[in-house]
Amino acid sequence: MNIVLSVRQFLNDMRRQKLRTAMTMFGIFWGTCAIVLLFAFGKGLTEAQMKSQKGMGENILIVWPGITAKEFNGLPRGRRIRPTDDDVRFLKQNAQTLAHISPENGRHMTLKYGRQTHRRFVDGVWPEYCIMRNIIPQFGSRFINEPDLQNRRRVIFLGDILAGDLFGDSVSAAVGKRILVNSMPFTVIGIMKSKEQNNSYRGRDNRTAYIPNTTYQAMFSERHSDDFVAQHKPQFTGEIARQEIFRILGEKYRFDPTDEEALAVWDTTEGFAFLKTFFMAFSSFLVGIGFATLITGAIGVTNIMNVVLEERTKEIGIKMALGARKSTILWQFIFETLLITGVGGVLGFAFAYGVISVVPMLNLEEFIGIPTIDGWGAIMMSCLLGLVGLTAGIFPARRAANLQPVQALKLF
Amino acid sequence: MSAIMDMKQIRKVYQTGKVTFEALRGIDIQVERGESVAVVGPSGSGKSTLMNLMGCLDVLTSGEYKLDGELVNTLTSNQLADIRNKKVGFVFQAFNLLPYATAYENIEIPLLFARVTGRKRRQRVTELLARVGLADKAANKPTEMSGGEMQRVAIARALANDPEIILADEPTGNLDSASGGEIVKLFNELWKQGKTIIIITHDASIAGQTQRIIRLKDGAVDGNGDLR
Repeated sequence: MNIVLSVRQFLNDMRRQKLRTAMTMFGIFWGTCAIVLLFAFGKGLTEAQMKSQKGMGENILIVWPGITAKEFNGLPRGRRIRPTDDDVRFLKQNAQTLAHISPENGRHMTLKYGRQTHRRFVDGVWPEYCIMRNIIPQFGSRFINEPDLQNRRRVIFLGDILAGDLFGDSVSAAVGKRILVNSMPFTVIGIMKSKEQNNSYRGRDNRTAYIPNTTYQAMFSERHSDDFVAQHKPQFTGEIARQEIFRILGEKYRFDPTDEEALAVWDTTEGFAFLKTFFMAFSSFLVGIGFATLITGAIGVTNIMNVVLEERTKEIGIKMALGARKSTILWQFIFETLLITGVGGVLGFAFAYGVISVVPMLNLEEFIGIPTIDGWGAIMMSCLLGLVGLTAGIFPARRAANLQPVQALKLF
Repeated sequence: MSAIMDMKQIRKVYQTGKVTFEALRGIDIQVERGESVAVVGPSGSGKSTLMNLMGCLDVLTSGEYKLDGELVNTLTSNQLADIRNKKVGFVFQAFNLLPYATAYENIEIPLLFARVTGRKRRQRVTELLARVGLADKAANKPTEMSGGEMQRVAIARALANDPEIILADEPTGNLDSASGGEIVKLFNELWKQGKTIIIITHDASIAGQTQRIIRLKDGAVDGNGDLR
């Protein structure tokens, strides 16, 4: 059959049944839009969550002091286990599973520069802390180094937001400036490059200040640290690293290495794995909803085509009387359905794409990430739409093609 | 002359739920090549059913129907479609033109189904439009034409693939007498050019212009002679 005539017939039908065709197309439009948007937002959100989870560092274990819950070698339970910096150093030298380690000591302090005064969290750490936590100094600045630590220097590294709070517009000139920390002068040595992080146990890194742990301990006469952060080597799991820490410290403090209460451990990789599973389920759920919408749209198209068939029966009869074969009638209907689903689908896709392009301008990245459609998603979407169109078209088309010409003409 | 249509003991039974209705009760009809025949009879006598069977628009319940020597009962749906496309041209009372297509496009349809390509097709449509006197109405849609014009487009369409047989069901039924007269004139011309013409009609004056009249009554042939 002539394509031009088919298209004209289709357009004619559309004119005659504007509302109905529009509603049908809207069904497919909305289904497509929903799938694409849900898929894109799901993906964006997942990636944003993963990225900000990584902002806290990868393969990180955080270990706090604990109290034994098991008796061991004649020692009672309920003993407090509180590792010192020497223990952390011992772990650094002896633990096979760990790549980096640093004690952490912190409290809120008053930071003052010029007229700006802010009460913020100040963390005493070791130099390798920045490697573990993906803290990258801005150009022309640096993090705490080994000499700072050994000499208990009064130097301070600032989170980017905190630096902005203190220095305002002159952040770029902050390095080398003196600020007062609890009335003691400190030299700013570095400012953090902005990073995403949605997960922490004592405030975001971008609002925190870092000083050498030795300086911190000297300021407050501390011998112990609040906790220590360890990064295990990628070839080991968090659990194996935890067991090694328990074995080494268990020998020293004489507690049962299987006593999980002896030290409190947060294995962030566990959370990471959970997050991955959760967001996979979440994405599947969203796509499921979109898919259901699309199916509803397809059922709508099938219905419409059935009604169209009723209306067009006579026309089918005329065509059959003029020599149209079954296959011609079949293809005409399939063509029309594909056109409806195709146009609806393309519009839906375009609209979704528009929405996705606008979203990054709304500065919501921290909360919803950047929604993205990948090439495979688009191809899969097209195939899915084609399938929906074909399925929706095939039933009415078969019914139409199986009519006897006289039935279609309603001559009897 | 040889019989182009040979029907023996044709029966057609319609079944609707538990109700059966025998529209044709075993009729025998032969139509010779190049003959013009009128089928007349009161409403419900089976005229239209006969035309549907003759034109392969419907399948018979029992009997034997040979069209141009081919046993129609045994043909596939595609073969039947080809017969409707090339061997038989239909003219209906209600014109049955596609409402959204122009006169030109309506005439073009059987040629499209016959896969007649490009220039040949355009040539043929133009020729047919001229033949029915509508060369200037090629771009008109059915709603922009009179009844007579529409029926002439329908006749041009029926002639598209140069069929041997023209089947017309009350072709003047919806027309005024002047237009009806023109249509009948057109049929006469076609007959003179060698087409086999079968016209179903109530109109005695149209029947009177054919070579032979077949009278149907209650699904059976009531005489086979000349009623003039």
